[in-house]
Amino acid sequence: MSSLISKKLVDEIAHLANIPLSEAELQNIAQDFEETLGVINNLSEIDTKNIEPAHHTTGLENILREDIVENDRMLSQKDSLSQAKKTHDGYFVVPRILHND
Amino acid sequence: MTDLNKLTLKKAQKLVSEKQVKASEIQQACINQIKAVNGDLNMFLSHLEDPASGQEGALASLPIAVKDNVCTLDFPTTASSKLLEGYRPPYEATIMKKVKNAGGVVLGKTNLDAWAHGSSTETSAFGRTLNPRNSDFLPGGSSGGSAAAVASDTCVVAIGTETAGSIRQPSAWCGVVGLKPTYGRVSRYGIAAMASSTDSPGPIAKTVEDAAMLLDVMAGHDPFDATSNPDKPPSFVKSIDKKVSDLRVGVLYQDLEGLELVRPHIDKAAGIFESLGANVEYAEAMDPHYAISVYTIVQRAEVSSNLARYTGIRYGNDRSFFGDEAKRRIMLGTHALRKGYADKYYLTAQKVRAKFALDYDELFKKYDVLISASSPTFAEKIGASESSSMFGELADMLQEPSSICGLPGINVPVFRDPETNLFLGLNIVAPAWREDLVIQFGDAYEKATSWNSWRNND
Repeated sequence: MSSLISKKLVDEIAHLANIPLSEAELQNIAQDFEETLGVINNLSEIDTKNIEPAHHTTGLENILREDIVENDRMLSQKDSLSQAKKTHDGYFVVPRILHND
Repeated sequence: MTDLNKLTLKKAQKLVSEKQVKASEIQQACINQIKAVNGDLNMFLSHLEDPASGQEGALASLPIAVKDNVCTLDFPTTASSKLLEGYRPPYEATIMKKVKNAGGVVLGKTNLDAWAHGSSTETSAFGRTLNPRNSDFLPGGSSGGSAAAVASDTCVVAIGTETAGSIRQPSAWCGVVGLKPTYGRVSRYGIAAMASSTDSPGPIAKTVEDAAMLLDVMAGHDPFDATSNPDKPPSFVKSIDKKVSDLRVGVLYQDLEGLELVRPHIDKAAGIFESLGANVEYAEAMDPHYAISVYTIVQRAEVSSNLARYTGIRYGNDRSFFGDEAKRRIMLGTHALRKGYADKYYLTAQKVRAKFALDYDELFKKYDVLISASSPTFAEKIGASESSSMFGELADMLQEPSSICGLPGINVPVFRDPETNLFLGLNIVAPAWREDLVIQFGDAYEKATSWNSWRNND
């Protein structure tokens, strides 16, 4: 089977998407990618010259609201933190992203 | 009197308002039925243990099953994923507010394909749901739990969500009514986002009239969802008991390969509309195989962006808790949006999507509604989704063109195989914002045929 999708490419994408993968998963996903890309490649058969891409299809435009604070959609600090695994002094705790070395 | 859990919404509402039955008795009958069948069928992930009272309103404390990707205050919300296992949302979806304000009671939360990624309800992290019509078969998905809840009479009516087939395909496989509203008719606020440009919550019900009644509650503008339509929706129950004579019906996809099983039943349905006085014609539309490709690319791209929020920092578990299907979809979407690939995949898909919209514009100049099969097959056997990473897209092929264009559609049961007790469904699609037409045609079809046995309880 031709391998359009290398494990190296899948590994790169996994890094971009922040998805931890085992070696076996890497292999499987590379195969699934091939299957999916095989199906979706038919789009090149359609003539799309002079066609604007459709990002929205039901015709609504420019839905705006007044620029005011809406208290009824605000969560209290307690509620906001209620589902976090790690908090400290009313803050979410995040993994370290800056390193000294 | 019939068992209380088997009542339609309409009948239940009538009996409660006439004080012949208490809503708590109907709730109890549903809870008893859940306790009797949920161990085998696994459609509820959580449910009430005892009847609860709702606010005053049209829904009269009647029990409603809700798909578990809709944020609720009274139950955990998991989207059937390990990542959100145990998550208790600190807020609720707008549709939950609307349902509660109308007097509805959330009976429980129903199983789905994890993150609604699938068409089988087999990819749930909490075990597959089985089809109540025949438990050797799948219920379809992703709203398989809600469709199975209706089919098994464990609720009066249910709420599902559809991105491309996720209401109509499980409704077809379970032999119930499923209505996918126009994109933007029902608020998406507070629902675990899947593909934001097509996600549409809607009712799954025993009859078309019940679906219309629940849509009347769910529909309407929500300032918290910028894609929700600011126009006041019409009253959808007003489209019940209206004639379809002299309206124009286009029949689609009958010449596609692989539809041998369903074709004769759709021909029959077309004949029924003709006998009701509608003008029925076989029509040509763009090949739905291209819609599979458009949907696959657009959906994966939107998934990769929407599921980026699940980091395990503010809530839930970390990203290693994603299941296989979510990982696949996030990564394919990431690939389709990458520099150097976005033009080839994403932009091309959005252009072909525009071509589908133009194709519908032409079709709706000639026809008021379009009909086709809901799914190319009966419900598939348990395990079927494991064979292909494109299982869902093939099962949903006939829904995907209308979904990527945001159009409303309804599934109504059209045939029951007496040997397997499995159903086929008819899909009726109308122009954007014309849910009234799909209800009118669905109701007319339902009342002209005998497939829907719940109508005897109506």
